[in-house]
Amino acid sequence: MAVPILKQGPFLIASIQAALTDTDVLQLRDDVMSQVTRHRSRGIIVDVTALDVMDSFVSRSLRGIAMMTRLRGAQTVIVGIQPEVAFAMVQLGMNFEDVQTALDLEEGLALLQAQEGPTDGAS
Amino acid sequence: MADPTDAATGNGKSDASADLLKELVAHLSANRTDLRQEWARRIGEARLLTALTQEEIFNEATSVYDNYVEVLETGSVEALQDYARNLSERIIPRGVETDEVLGIVLLLRDVLNRSLFEKYQTDFHYLNQVLNAYEPAANRITNTVAINFVQERERVIRQQQEAIRELSTPVLQVRERLLILPIIGVLDGQRARQLTEQLLRGIRTNRAKVVVIDITGVPTIDSTVANHLVQTVDASRLMGASVIITGLSPEIAQTLVTLGVELGKVNAVGDLQGGIEEAERILGYTVSLGSSDGAEDQ
Repeated sequence: MAVPILKQGPFLIASIQAALTDTDVLQLRDDVMSQVTRHRSRGIIVDVTALDVMDSFVSRSLRGIAMMTRLRGAQTVIVGIQPEVAFAMVQLGMNFEDVQTALDLEEGLALLQAQEGPTDGAS
Repeated sequence: MADPTDAATGNGKSDASADLLKELVAHLSANRTDLRQEWARRIGEARLLTALTQEEIFNEATSVYDNYVEVLETGSVEALQDYARNLSERIIPRGVETDEVLGIVLLLRDVLNRSLFEKYQTDFHYLNQVLNAYEPAANRITNTVAINFVQERERVIRQQQEAIRELSTPVLQVRERLLILPIIGVLDGQRARQLTEQLLRGIRTNRAKVVVIDITGVPTIDSTVANHLVQTVDASRLMGASVIITGLSPEIAQTLVTLGVELGKVNAVGDLQGGIEEAERILGYTVSLGSSDGAEDQ
């Protein structure tokens, strides 16, 4: 199932709706990259609230997306990691150390906006 | 009849044994009053069930006796099981001990045995047969009562442990988006796991941004629990909350460093006050002394 990617001002929101197959994840990566390029987005939010489990491939890919978008000048924030998922990830050693995380969509947007603040917050 | 032991002991001699049991039941029913009284007297003599009044003992004795006879009659322990569970539920809160419950059932066996000996004393062979039929059933009854009592006790203990655990890891909101988690007492693996669970759930429900974990009241920490704490900090970060650990005692600090626990990324502050101040700083609160003249007074 493809993940819808919505444009919200200078940001993109990818809201994962159901468990992802490996192909879906790769598809998501490609989609995000092309959308970032097309819209010249400043930030991407990936909402994983709907995921009850997150295997190592998905986590690694999400981290990969974050790294790649950073190279295109866009910050990625992963939001909505469930408590159980969070702890399972940490136990598996997937700490997302260099990826930004936030509680939910609202928090994620606030985080990105705060980072945008100094540059175009003048308006 | 559903019990497999019935089939095991029965089969070939089931008819003879059933007849004997029937005779037994008739005997026990006929002498109900005497035997019951004798039993209650013996209980009093042995100073068992001192938590109950004389009258209560007699009432319970009557019920146990009737259930006992019923088991001998029907061979099914289900009713007795229910009764034993119910009895345990009632008397455990009053401080009745396992040995007392076992004691009264053994006393009843003793009383009934004596009455059987008395009745069949002239015919040793027949008495033997009666005992063949009676003993297995009586053993099962004793077993059933004891097991149910112990199970009930264990259930109560488990329930209390659960309650203590629930109480022992409160997650408190002190300000909008700021949680504190004071931990008091020894942290073991199980409690640490529960703590993590409650904390992560708390972060979600309170939409917390900063969490202060205060471990002033924790005397010692081992490497498993320390690593678990680090994992908790990481997991909280994944949920968008930063964690501050306060109140690490000098001993614990020393242990952690000696054990080589990776604490580099953990935000630690000396005491709870400092932790809350740090949290407020992160959240952008500034604490002032209130009215201006109040500040001047200081």
